[in-house]
Amino acid sequence: MPTWLMVWPGNPALSAALLVVTLILVLYGARAPAHRGILGVARAVNQGCKRIAVALRGVQGRLSERTREVLLSEGLEDTERQIEQEFRRISDAVDRDLGAYPVLHRKLADQVARIDEDYQKVTDTPPAPESWTRTLEASGELVRQAGDQSAAAKAVGALRSAIQEAHEEAMESYRDTSRQRHELLARMVPAWRSMSSTLDRVERSVAGIFERARHLDELMDRYREIAKEANMAERKLASSTLTQFVTASLVLVVASLGGFINFQLIALPMSEMVGATSRLGSMQTSDVAALVIILIEITMGLFLMESLRITRLFPVIGRLDARTRRQMAWATFSILLILAGIESSLAYMRDMLAADRAALTQQLAGSTVTRPEFMWIPAVGQMVMGFILPFALTFVAIPLESFIHSGRIVLGQVTAGLLRAVAFTVEMVGFGVDHAGKALNNLYDVFIFLPLKVEELVMSERERRARDVRADRTTSTA
Amino acid sequence: MKRLIPSARPAKRFAGIGMALAAALTVAGCASTPPGTGVFLLLDTSGTYAGELDRARSVINYLLGTLDPGDSFGVARIDGGSFSEKDIIMRVTFDARPSVANDQKRLFMERIGAFTDTVTAAAHTDITGGVLQAAEWLEEVGPGSRAVLIFSDMEEDLPEGYIRDFPMELDGVRVIALNVTKLRPDNVDPRAYATRLDAWRERVQAGGGEFTVINDLERLDVALEL
Repeated sequence: MPTWLMVWPGNPALSAALLVVTLILVLYGARAPAHRGILGVARAVNQGCKRIAVALRGVQGRLSERTREVLLSEGLEDTERQIEQEFRRISDAVDRDLGAYPVLHRKLADQVARIDEDYQKVTDTPPAPESWTRTLEASGELVRQAGDQSAAAKAVGALRSAIQEAHEEAMESYRDTSRQRHELLARMVPAWRSMSSTLDRVERSVAGIFERARHLDELMDRYREIAKEANMAERKLASSTLTQFVTASLVLVVASLGGFINFQLIALPMSEMVGATSRLGSMQTSDVAALVIILIEITMGLFLMESLRITRLFPVIGRLDARTRRQMAWATFSILLILAGIESSLAYMRDMLAADRAALTQQLAGSTVTRPEFMWIPAVGQMVMGFILPFALTFVAIPLESFIHSGRIVLGQVTAGLLRAVAFTVEMVGFGVDHAGKALNNLYDVFIFLPLKVEELVMSERERRARDVRADRTTSTA
Repeated sequence: MKRLIPSARPAKRFAGIGMALAAALTVAGCASTPPGTGVFLLLDTSGTYAGELDRARSVINYLLGTLDPGDSFGVARIDGGSFSEKDIIMRVTFDARPSVANDQKRLFMERIGAFTDTVTAAAHTDITGGVLQAAEWLEEVGPGSRAVLIFSDMEEDLPEGYIRDFPMELDGVRVIALNVTKLRPDNVDPRAYATRLDAWRERVQAGGGEFTVINDLERLDVALEL
């Protein structure tokens, strides 16, 4: 115990007891204001926390609403784009297949007319009925009855021969026409086939258009749902956005690895070009140069994709007319091609430098310098990789667009969730402080329980006396 | 230890470059900074120590394999009067281009080979003169990190009339004594060996430098921190 607290320097126990008693009396005396103070502070903290929680919930609500608007807007835009694409495809199909319908129709009409004409020609004209035979039989009978040598018999015989010849000629003529008919029928087969094929094509085109029309109907329904801000549509869009975000992130990670490989391919040879001692800040200029080349390639890839209208990150490029975009696409493709060529040669130089370095190491180690037999294989492999990777990086634009669009929504949702959690935590802290204030008051009372008990006894005694006085007065009045 | 192929760097450097690029681009212009490392090796060619030169050659080859383009490297012999240009066998600042630097290293290796094949034992050992010569060259080249390697038994034996008992200017120079062999008197009284090294440590530290002894050459890469 410090000496200044020792009331009786020779007796610490008594000094401590006196201090405790004094403290209890002081605390008892200050009980009411102390309770008010503790409860006031606790309540103030609780109120403050509640206000902070309300403010955070307000921010979270606005953020959620904004995220929802962005989500629906993105969904609408995406559906509009799909509808636009479907219309374009239908238009292309109509232009391609049904645009030539008048020609097709004329062709079909010609084919039908030709078939009809041929059909008319193949009408069968059967040979004369059995009258020929009967005439010949009757003439034969007449010859037998009249005798072979009679004039009548000779006349009938001559007539019979003439009829016989006429019959044979008729039969010959019939065979000729039959042959011609068969020839015409044979000629009709390709015409039928052609017509069948044409009709099949028409059927396929029409079926394709019907299929696209059905998809278009679905898209239109979806568009209407989003436009109505239906909850189901919102949930579907949110789920789709999250999927897009995860997928795009994964693809971007893979692309980053590709970029890293690309960097490794060109960093060393770049030091041969710009020197290994020059520095930009704390980094070697050759490393920065290699990175800049890769970034330029990615940028060119973005512009190429944008010019081809595969991505829509830059509205300015999207608004350009088709001719300018085509020119821009060719320009960016040319730059990419040149960069790919440069990278390929750098990759080859890297192989040469590595081989030179390996040879030097062997020399320094005192061994004979040997060059492995199939060293050309990794050299060629590196060159091919150096050429292909810039084009592969071009496609980063697609996941990047998805990542940016979905990232905005996912970030909004995550931030809203965090704000909600923070608001809840702040509210719980206020609640805890409020109850802690009450608990502290009880603890205060525990410490001064003795004077409180005395007070209670005094008060109860006073009350009892007051009750007795009232009872006496009542009795005396009665 | 530096890698033999500088391009084989860890992935984090790629990510680090990406993140630091924006900050680095704020640096005005593309400034050429002094090469990173300067190493000067002094070879004791006196008496029996001349027989250790094959080991010294291995150390030189190791250093040639470790130093990067832009680094500086010099080798000089220690003899009777080492504060002299004639004792420098070869000194070079490697070119910034790796291929040219490799050719310089080959030439360096050939020169050192020719020297060790024809060297004759010196009568005296002027270590202080050699250290002053090395420090002067390193100061002139101005690398970021400077090291003077002394391949010697650290027993100085000056010709008559040579004055070397004055403080040396060795600010920022790491003096590393390599392969400090024990002399016959050291075997009789090992305190002589410790006293000799302590004397050198005091002299180097008094000049603002740092003194280290490496007898196990396998530890060279760690001790050099190249």
